[in-house]
Amino acid sequence: MPPAAPRPESLPASPARQGDTDAAPRVERRDDQGVVTALGRWTSLAFSQPRDWQALTQSLEGTGVDQPWDLRGIAQLDHIGGQLLWNHWGQAWPASIELGESHKAVLEHVQQFTTAAPPRIEPDWFERLRHALNRGPVLMRIGRDALQLLGQLVIDIGTLIRAPHRGPWRDFSGHLYHIGATALPITALVGLLIGVVLAYLTSQQLRQYGAETFIVNILGLSLIRELGPVLAAVLIAGRSGSAITAQIGVMRVTEELDAMRVMGIPHGYRLVMPRVLALAIAMPLISIWTSAAAIIGGMLAANATLDISLSFFLQALPRAVPFGNVVLAMSKSAVFGVLIALIACYFGMKVKPNTESLGRGTTSSVVTSITMVILVDALFAVLFRGVAFR
Amino acid sequence: MTEAASEVVVDIRGLWTVFENDRGDQVVHRDLDLTIYRGEVLSLVGGSGTGKTVLLRQILGLEHPDKGVVSVLGAPPAELSAKGAARVGMLFQHGALFSAFSVLDNIAFPLRELKLLPRDLIRDAALVKLQMVGLGPEHAYKMPADLSGGMIKRVALARALIMDPPLLLLDEPTAGLDPESSDDFCNLLRRLHQDLGLTVVMVTHDLDTLFDLSTRIAVLADQRVIVSGEARDVIAYPHPFIHDYFLGGRGQRAMEALHEPRAPAPGL
Repeated sequence: MPPAAPRPESLPASPARQGDTDAAPRVERRDDQGVVTALGRWTSLAFSQPRDWQALTQSLEGTGVDQPWDLRGIAQLDHIGGQLLWNHWGQAWPASIELGESHKAVLEHVQQFTTAAPPRIEPDWFERLRHALNRGPVLMRIGRDALQLLGQLVIDIGTLIRAPHRGPWRDFSGHLYHIGATALPITALVGLLIGVVLAYLTSQQLRQYGAETFIVNILGLSLIRELGPVLAAVLIAGRSGSAITAQIGVMRVTEELDAMRVMGIPHGYRLVMPRVLALAIAMPLISIWTSAAAIIGGMLAANATLDISLSFFLQALPRAVPFGNVVLAMSKSAVFGVLIALIACYFGMKVKPNTESLGRGTTSSVVTSITMVILVDALFAVLFRGVAFR
Repeated sequence: MTEAASEVVVDIRGLWTVFENDRGDQVVHRDLDLTIYRGEVLSLVGGSGTGKTVLLRQILGLEHPDKGVVSVLGAPPAELSAKGAARVGMLFQHGALFSAFSVLDNIAFPLRELKLLPRDLIRDAALVKLQMVGLGPEHAYKMPADLSGGMIKRVALARALIMDPPLLLLDEPTAGLDPESSDDFCNLLRRLHQDLGLTVVMVTHDLDTLFDLSTRIAVLADQRVIVSGEARDVIAYPHPFIHDYFLGGRGQRAMEALHEPRAPAPGL
């Protein structure tokens, strides 16, 4: 049987023909013997017209497998149309049916292959419990992974110290540029605006007590010691943490990670360490940069609202904020940087080769690193509560 | 038969494709003409970088030619919409299955997007297509990540065929399959071509597939279709590329299959 013959008109109907009453799929009942006559194009394309589809479902009502059917009027029948008829008949042939060879072939295909949907195999609660027990408590698993990651990093840094000339320096400088240099405009803008907002808010309160000059202490201490580092870390976690996770995750999806392993290039040394080092160095610098921008913003706002001159502000700042605060902020930021890079790499490595997992990994990476940054910041605040105050 | 065979499915006239890059423009297609008729299995053959896949993408409307006209089933390919799946099915080289969906959801996706048909009908239709490509219903809820290369191709084919499009495009249908799966896949394609009355356009480097399935071969070289016709006529055409491609050791082996008696190609 030649393939073109059974479907003499299998070209899809052009838009002009779709509205054609001849083309619409429908059934008609011939009164004399109750024969159900099917007409028109029974194709998925025809069914995709809402009007035709509704008309068809309406006209199908009241017909069934026990009536005699005549399908010779169907101009075109595809597998969707066949499936519709077959399901309408309750998956059985009508007692009496008249149809052409080609339609019969389609319906026989459908009959041959229609099966009940296989049951979804869902694990029962016992299986889930066993699985959960088998994997151990979540915290312990995370602790193990974190320890492994940190240990690998220490080993890799040891390798680097022993043979610094063989280190991945090009990667390192590339990451330094992408994570650090390109983040300067956005961090400056955010810092500046936060400084302005904070200065406006506090100036209102300070004026009530006549303590205008204390704005230098408040702004200096809060911005340099707390807000600058945390703000910068949150921005970098969102900006670079997600990028690192996505990069490594895509490398997992495209099997690049496997290719590296086969070549004997360790992931930790080549992928994780350069990123961690780059962030550990870039993060303190960005933090100082953000603080500086915030101080400038605060200074301008203080000048505008409280008439505190720029020169007075700059003179009073070193007296209000001991240098220890800057050291504390920078070391804190270095820790933030290491955390963000490690968490981002960790989630990147854990991505499974599908798009959903990649999206989930990136989200988890950002959320986890921001949470960790704030947690560690609180820890720093408690541990160093007596340091660098006047 | 002659009347049906003369029906044009894809018509490409005066097509130019130019890739712009730093070192100047690279002309991929220069005034290329190609006509594909109903019921054919046309294979596009050419060296690397001769724009075979680009041509497929232009037939699909994914890329626009710089000059010239492409018409698919009498309309420009850019007019593909949600109902596009009813006009053209495409088997991408790596399957392009949606990794977030199960096998059944992947196959049913074009039908679900119509938001009209009842769920049972869609599920049954998808299961029918799954079995038509030779996979059992037990694979319905697997995820693409859990499938082998051959299974991915089969599922992708089932998805391409869900709305019974009259035109099926295949990009390297047997690449990455072992010889046995490759033969299986060829048989499957031949059967579907027969059963569904498809017009098939494929890009392939696999000479076995080429001689096994094609009813016509079009050779791309020198930025155009230098010759198109049945395997014997194409091989006889004097051109260095054809000589190297078909008459090298590989080609000789594959061509032995041509001389063995075989069931006549369906549809011609």
